[in-house]
Amino acid sequence: MAKIYVVDREGTEHELEAELGWSLMEIIREAGLPIEAACGGCCACATCHVYVEPEWFARLPEPEEEEQMMLDEAFEVKDTSRLSCQIKMTEELDGIRVTLAPEF
Amino acid sequence: MASDLIRTDMVIVGAGPVGLFAVFEAGLLGMSCHLIDNLDKVGGQCAELYPDKPIYDIPALPVCMGQELVDRLMEQIRPFNPVFHLGQQAQRLERVEGRWRLTTSAGTRFESPVVVIAAGAGSFVPRKLPLPEAAAFEGRSLFYAVRRRDAFRGRRILVAGGGDSALDWFLALQPLAQDIALVHRRDQFRAAPDSVAKMRALVERGEARFIQGQITGLLGTDGQLEAVRIRTPSGEILHPCDTLLAFYGLKMELGPLADWGLELEGGQIKVDTEAFETNLPGVFAIGDICTYPGKLKLILSGFHEGALMCQKAFKYCFPDKKLVFRYTTSSSELHKRLGVA
Repeated sequence: MAKIYVVDREGTEHELEAELGWSLMEIIREAGLPIEAACGGCCACATCHVYVEPEWFARLPEPEEEEQMMLDEAFEVKDTSRLSCQIKMTEELDGIRVTLAPEF
Repeated sequence: MASDLIRTDMVIVGAGPVGLFAVFEAGLLGMSCHLIDNLDKVGGQCAELYPDKPIYDIPALPVCMGQELVDRLMEQIRPFNPVFHLGQQAQRLERVEGRWRLTTSAGTRFESPVVVIAAGAGSFVPRKLPLPEAAAFEGRSLFYAVRRRDAFRGRRILVAGGGDSALDWFLALQPLAQDIALVHRRDQFRAAPDSVAKMRALVERGEARFIQGQITGLLGTDGQLEAVRIRTPSGEILHPCDTLLAFYGLKMELGPLADWGLELEGGQIKVDTEAFETNLPGVFAIGDICTYPGKLKLILSGFHEGALMCQKAFKYCFPDKKLVFRYTTSSSELHKRLGVA
C-alpha cells in the first residue's frame, strides 16, 4: 500500500498507509492526527494547512485560485503551503512528506 | 446591561440548519423558540463557510446551495415566529427553581424549561494572531473587530487581511487615520473587486500603503504597539504603527458552553439516542455538536435528532398535557399551526 509521511507539530514523523483516491487531509484525519479540517474538505477554511517537502511540492498539480484564497486565511503561509484537502492521493505521490502547519 | 427576562418554551443555541429545523418540529408540538447565534446572520456554517457550494444529500432536494438551504428553512419555520438574537454568544447556564436561565454576551437573559444546543462545531469567533506576544497588545492596540470607528481617529493603523472585512475597514478608517497601511500575503484579494479598486486608487494617490507580506512579530511596550515586523518577498521590514487591526477570518470554538457541566467526549456533547438529551435534564444537544455511538455529522441526522428531541422537550414544557402523534398531511390542528388551515 502507498504511504505518506506526516510530521506533527511536536516534530514527530508518522508513517501512514494511504488509500488511493482519498485526500491527504482524509488520510491524516482518519489516522487520528490533529488536523482540524473544520469545513470537512470543501475548501472553505484553512484548517488543514500543511507544508509539503519542496521536492514533492513541485510534483503536485497547481492549486486552484479557490485554494489560494483560503490560504489567505492561514497563518505562516510558506512557498510550500497547501491545503491537504485539495491534494488527492495517487500512486505518484507514494512516499510524499508533509508537515502540519501551526494551529490558530 | 441586564435586560428583562425572556420567558419561552425552548432556547436554541445556534441558528444553523439543525437549530432552524428544530423550530419547525417544536412549533408543530406547540412550543415556541428563541434562538441565539454569535454570527450576525442565521444559517451557521451553511451561510458562513459555504453559502454558494452545493449540497446533494438533503432528502428530496437533489441539489441545494448552502444559502438556499438556509433560506428554505427560514421560509418553512416562518409560521412559528421564531425570535432571533444574533451577534451574541450564549455565555452562562444556571438552574433556577427547576428551569434553565441562560445569559448571552449581550446581556440578554432567558428562562425556559428546555435548552437545545445546536451549536455545530462551536461559535464562530475571529481568528487571532498566533504570536506569543499578541495577547499583551489585544484590546489596547491590537483588535480583531471594530466597535466604534471613531476610536481610531488620528491613529497610525495597519490593517491585516485580504477579505471583505479587511478591505472594508481599511477604506472606512482611511479618512480618519493619521496614516494607514494594508498588509496581505499576496497582491490578490478575496474582497469585492470594487473595494480592491478603491484601495488601489488610494495607494496610487499616496494616501495609503499596501505591503505584501506576512506579520511575524509585534514590537512595543505595556500593550502599546510601536511597530510590526513583516516578512516581505524582499526581506523582513519593520513597519511603524500604533494600531493593528487583524482580519484573518473566523474559526469555530466550543466557547463558554464547555463550562456548563455537560458531559463531553472529544469536544462533542454526549447524548442518549432516544431524546438526544445531555446529562443535564432538559438540556438537549442536536446536530454536529452531539455525539453517540454511530453518530454521523450530516445535516439530515441533525433534522432527525431535532424531531426526536421535541418529543421529550414537550414533556418538560407541558408536564400535564398528553402528546398525540400526528401527521402534517392530515391533522387540522397542525394545519392551523402551520397557517394553512
